[in-house]
Order: sequence, then structure tokens, then C-alpha cells
Amino acid sequence: MSDVKLPLYGELADPTPKISVRGLDFFYGDHQALYANDLDIAPNRVTAVIGPSGCGKSTHLRVYNRIFELYRDQRAKGTVLLNGENIFAPSVKLLELRRRIGMIFQKPTPFPMSVYENVAYGIRFHYAVSKSELDGRVEEALKGAALWEEVRDLLHKPGTALSGGQQQRLCIARAIAVEPEVLLMDEPTSAIDPIATAKIEELVEGLKGRYTIVIVTHNMQQAARISDFTAFFFKGYIVEFGATRQIFTNPHNKKTEEYITGRFG
Amino acid sequence: MKKASNTRRRELTDLTMRIVSGTASLIGIFFLVWILWTVGNNGIAAFNYDFFTALPTPPGIEGGGLANAIAGTLLITVLAAFIGVPLGLFTGVYLAEFGRNTRFGGMVRFTINITMGIPSIIVGLFVYTLLVLPFKHFSAYAGAAALAIIMLPVIARTTEDMLNLVPNSLRESALAIGMPRWRAIVSILFRSARSGLLTGILLAVARVSGETAPLLFTAMNSPYWMKGLAEPTANLTVTIFNYAMSPFDDWKTLAWGASLLIMATVLGVNLLARTLLREKTR
Repeated sequence: MSDVKLPLYGELADPTPKISVRGLDFFYGDHQALYANDLDIAPNRVTAVIGPSGCGKSTHLRVYNRIFELYRDQRAKGTVLLNGENIFAPSVKLLELRRRIGMIFQKPTPFPMSVYENVAYGIRFHYAVSKSELDGRVEEALKGAALWEEVRDLLHKPGTALSGGQQQRLCIARAIAVEPEVLLMDEPTSAIDPIATAKIEELVEGLKGRYTIVIVTHNMQQAARISDFTAFFFKGYIVEFGATRQIFTNPHNKKTEEYITGRFG
Repeated sequence: MKKASNTRRRELTDLTMRIVSGTASLIGIFFLVWILWTVGNNGIAAFNYDFFTALPTPPGIEGGGLANAIAGTLLITVLAAFIGVPLGLFTGVYLAEFGRNTRFGGMVRFTINITMGIPSIIVGLFVYTLLVLPFKHFSAYAGAAALAIIMLPVIARTTEDMLNLVPNSLRESALAIGMPRWRAIVSILFRSARSGLLTGILLAVARVSGETAPLLFTAMNSPYWMKGLAEPTANLTVTIFNYAMSPFDDWKTLAWGASLLIMATVLGVNLLARTLLREKTR
């Protein structure tokens, strides 16, 4: 079903992929959810993952930081290379992998602690820093998530007291605070109002200079607006991958065309 | 629309149901209020300075109190909590976090459920053969062990339930910033479920502080101040049992006082637990 040749960046990105997926199969118990996925994620670019509900977008994303391993019945087969190193290799330190590959979830999930602590928690765990350095890093992360101005006087209020959009940016701040290389975003704006969504989209644009971003989205306008590359998933297969402009203006695959023109979803 | 022809019959059924269930609740409340009123009324007469500070006196000698039993019950309960709370918490953590869909987890959960239903007198006898017979004397630690066994399943189950209420997304986001599993549990999940966990612990403490049967065979009772954990230890519930059965009026008064004290404490702990839970849901 897939006839994708990789990598397909052309002139649009550094040809060495940040993440390189080959022959990825995924199983929920006996049910196979992904089939032979091949995908290259361009460094410092935004790659959008689109496709109808249940096509495996999130499942695919959740392999990158091995978060699926929390569940006993979930299994992945194949290789995922981060900077050329297989993330499933025994030598890979799982905690370090997850520090390097941050994740933002569909619903904002602030920790049950203050705004400051939400961001400081991960920093303290991964780095030995002094109090003043910690303050500086927290501020920097909150600025990076375009949240500092709004919360500078609320740092010691609980994270859950913020609005939904602010909570999601707090989660982004929490993720970038531990200095990851990649940010995985699993429908980060689907639970958030349009104005807050616009802010997060703007933020994603700004973040791609420093991070490689992979974003799963249901919203095709969003994919078209913010991504450089797009992968179209269908029934667990990657049906088409290419530059976002090409996918949205001149899709090669019939299924892709039907999906982006809204004939099914 | 077809007019219901049996409206009258429905109304009658409705009325009957209201009367039956209303009466049932009234009867239940009636006995509860009766017990509270009787214990309160008789118990309050026992409360004086001596009750809280003096040792019991032999029959016929005026005065005397239950200071040693109050201290003993406190000590045994606190000791039981020291054993039962961590064991219960971590059993609950295992059930909710690691043994969710495993055979062993299922076995543990099943055993816990059964343990919860074991009559407390059997727990008392069990500890009697285990910690009293071999050492040939009753002791505070045997009493605490018996109470801890009763606490464990209660705390384990509430811990499991409370952790199950924490959404998976919170677990995932803790792991996603590179936290190890244990750290995510202790500092994120515990914190998120803290009022629920505390409520479970308080309810378990309240539950065992009124237990008599497990102490009869383990801590026994004593008219003296304890000198250590390895001897028979005075406690309120066994004192109630002994004194209430005695023919002496001042002992009976002390038993009423002890009953009121326990009842008020359990009520207080329950109210505290409820307040905590309400705070959580807010």
C-alpha cells in the first residue's frame, strides 16, 4: 500500500533525518495497529501526521518516546532511529530518551503542584542546578512557551488554576525545560478554544528553530498552516509522505486526496 | 397519546414505596440516635479529671480513671498504623500500578477482598498463636499486629481505587519528561490522590480503634501503666468489655465513659475524612 521513498525532503531540510522509522509494526494485544511504517522526520522542521480517526497517528507517535511501554499488552516491532541510534537498543537509557524526546498530550495535564514546580520538577530531576539557576531556567522555559508574561505573578498558584490554553503552554514549558531535541505533540489543540489554539500554533512556528516537532492533528487547516512536511496515515499504513504544500495541493495518492478534500474523515 | 388507565394504581404503588422506604430509614436512624443518646448521656457522667489521668482502682475504692487504657489504645493504634499504613499503601500501589492485568495482581486483589471479610476475632486468634503463645505473654505489639492485619486490606483497596481514579494522561506526562516510574508514583500520583489516600488511612484507623475481639487475645488488658511493648497493655475496648460485665457501678460508669470516648473519636476521624474528601472533589 505504501510506496514512499525516503527521505523526501528535497531542498526543504537537512537531508539527515532526526528520526528515522523503518518497518514499524505495532500491536495492541493481538490487534495490529501499524503496518510496516517507514518515515523520516526532518530536523528542525514541523512534521504533521494526519489521517482519519483510528488510523494509527497517535499510536505511531507514542512509539518514539516508548511511552506505550506503560501498558503491558502493547508491543512495537521494527526500528526507530534517533540520530542514527536505535531507541530500542539495550544500551539506550529510557529516562534519557524521554528527556530528549518530549511529549505534549491532547488534554493539558499540569502536575498537581504550582506553576513554578511544574516546570522546575523535571529540571531538578535531570540536572543539578542551584536555586538561582533553577529560577532562571524556569523563567526561560516559560518564556519559550510564551507564557511568562501571563504567569510571572502566578508562579506559586497551582498549575490547574490556569486556563486550558495556558495549561497546555505550561505543559510545553515543562517539556522544553529539560532541553529535549524533539517535541511530540499529540493533538495538542483539540481540547482548546480557537484563540488559544492560534497562540499555540504561533508558538510551534517559533519552536521549530530549536526543536524537531512532530504533531498529530485532526485539523487539516492546522497541518497546512504550521507544518513543513505531512504524513498521511490510513488504516495503520503511511500512505503518503511529502512536503506539506505538495500533499495539500497535489496529492499523489487517491486516498490522500479524498481525505484532504473532506470526502471522508 | 394514549391515556394511562392505571394511573391510580401507579400512584398507590408510588405512595407505598415512599412509606416503606421512609419507615425503614426512620427505624435505622432511631436506633442510631438511641445508641448515641444513651452512650452520650451515660458516658458524659464518667468524664472528669480522674477519668483521663488516674489509673483504675479496685472495686469498692472510690475514683479511679482509665488513663492507662487511653494511652494503651493510642499506642496500639499508632503502632498498628505504622505497620499497616505502609504495607497497605504499597499493596495498593502494586495493585493499581503494576499488577493491573496480571494473574498475580488478580490473586492479590482476591485475597485482599477475602481478608477484608475475615471476622476480627479470627485475626485475633491467629495473632495469638503467632505472637502470644510462643512468647507466653500478651503484648502491645501483638495487639498492634492484629490491628495492622485488619487495616491492611482496607488501605490497600482504597489506595488502589484512588490511584485508579488518577487519569492515565497524568502518569504518561510524568513519564514523558523522563521521570522513573517510582518517582512518578510517589511524587505525582500520590500527590494527585493525596486526600483520597489520607481518607482511606483515616477510615482504616477509625475502623480498628473500635475493635475489641482482636485485642482480647493479644494485648489483653492491665490495670497498670505499661512498662514496655512486650506486656499486656490496657486499652479502651477490652476495658469496656471487662467493666461493663462487672457488677460494680463505678466500673460500669467507666465503661460508659470509655464507650463515649471511642465513639466521639471515631466520629471525629470520620468527619475529618469526609472534609478531606470534599476538598478533593471541589
